[in-house]
Amino acid sequence: MVVPFFNLDNDPGSNFTSLLRKVGLDPFAYGPSSDHHPIQAPHGTTVLAVRYNEGVVMAGDRRATMGSRISNREMEKVVPADRHSGVAISGTAGIAMDMIKIFQLQLEHFEKLDGRPISLEGKANQLSQLVRANLSGAMQGLAVVPIFAGYDLLRGTGRLWDFDITGGRYEEREFVATGSGGGPASTVLKVGFRPGMNVDEAINLACQALWEAADVDSATGGPDVLRSIYPVIATITANGWERREDADLATRFDVLVQQQRSQREGTAS
Amino acid sequence: MNQPFYVAPEQLMKDRADYARKGIARGRALVAVQYNDGILVVAENTSNTLRKVSEIYDRIGFAGVGKYNEFDQLRRFGVRNADVRGYQYSRDDVEARSLANEYAQILGQTFTHDVKPYEVEILLAEVGVDQGTDQLFHIMYDGTLMDERGLSVLGGDAESIGERLRSSWKSEDDLSTAVKKCVAALSGPERTLHAGDLEIAVLARNAQRRCFLRFDDVEVEKLLT
Repeated sequence: MVVPFFNLDNDPGSNFTSLLRKVGLDPFAYGPSSDHHPIQAPHGTTVLAVRYNEGVVMAGDRRATMGSRISNREMEKVVPADRHSGVAISGTAGIAMDMIKIFQLQLEHFEKLDGRPISLEGKANQLSQLVRANLSGAMQGLAVVPIFAGYDLLRGTGRLWDFDITGGRYEEREFVATGSGGGPASTVLKVGFRPGMNVDEAINLACQALWEAADVDSATGGPDVLRSIYPVIATITANGWERREDADLATRFDVLVQQQRSQREGTAS
Repeated sequence: MNQPFYVAPEQLMKDRADYARKGIARGRALVAVQYNDGILVVAENTSNTLRKVSEIYDRIGFAGVGKYNEFDQLRRFGVRNADVRGYQYSRDDVEARSLANEYAQILGQTFTHDVKPYEVEILLAEVGVDQGTDQLFHIMYDGTLMDERGLSVLGGDAESIGERLRSSWKSEDDLSTAVKKCVAALSGPERTLHAGDLEIAVLARNAQRRCFLRFDDVEVEKLLT
């Protein structure tokens, strides 16, 4: 594969996916679907994002499942998209990982070619086009549903979006959760959300939401103390993306477990 | 019947080279040097939006002199090439050497076969893990590819600028010292260049992933004092 020197009439512009298509590397070109053999592939599960006073918190568990089997314990489903935004994915892991890779490249590619980053709204729009491009994959059972969140430097606030498999893009005001454990996680976030929370409150709420999701959804992994595997939790503020240390999360989950224990003992006595 | 005039190939090549050189000499020059913590590029450029120096990939930078639209087209080719290669293989498989060869092919091909040669000179720099692995590729309008050591000068008046720079430059200089030496070499004894006349960027050796860093006028002012 050689990248040609494009003429004006077939120049792909600053869009990386268009470029890939031009050079014959369309990442979303699926063969005809087969109804007889639905594809079994690893799935990723609960991811969420919450707004707080300085930006957004994004969080996701680490488990990937294939049917009822745990196929991976250390998957990272929440990753930075660029300096001021992050993407979290649920759904078919392989497709999702490639989608994240393309999305990250897309943002960087545009930034390099045009000399400035895409606006936050523009990034969300780009992601929605990638999800839409995967529609025929989704029809074959290879759906990917992301969450996008970031700090909007133009407006000076954190913003977040969820998507459906057709590429539908919905901006939410407070929080969003998706994946197989998205239901219970949403409930926890809904009950616990307070406008203008500080960073500690927001992270603790995210931990609690993941904890409750793992408690009822077998495809969502809880904190794995034995192997020291903790969820990925990151904050995005005006200063950019910052992932939380495992040691910090270990302490927070310890406190959470203590609280749950004392609540139970309280009700028992 | 119309017979085209016969022009000797030597004359043809010479005419084209003269044409390209004249175009390049009209523009302002730029220099690139190694400094203690990476590679520094200083260009004389009064525009704040039309860049001569830019990022190609994690450790690779691009700089061009001559006709803006022509070297910008080459820059876009470089970014595309690098990004597709990194997507298809891995980020570690993107290197300046192969891209420099592609540039040499394009420029050489255009020089001999097209109506008009490119009126550009370009520089492709890759910052390595240490100074020994830094790379500076200087590619001429006719596709001549030069692998330069330590410093590189592109554009009009390159000879006298190069002389001035070679007499002062040291690879162990820190950033601010290196900037001052480059600016002095570019301006010569009769002129003074200010922050607004300069475009300065570095490939910082120890940056996390994307090593390319451009300084704004305020930062340039600080480096000059």
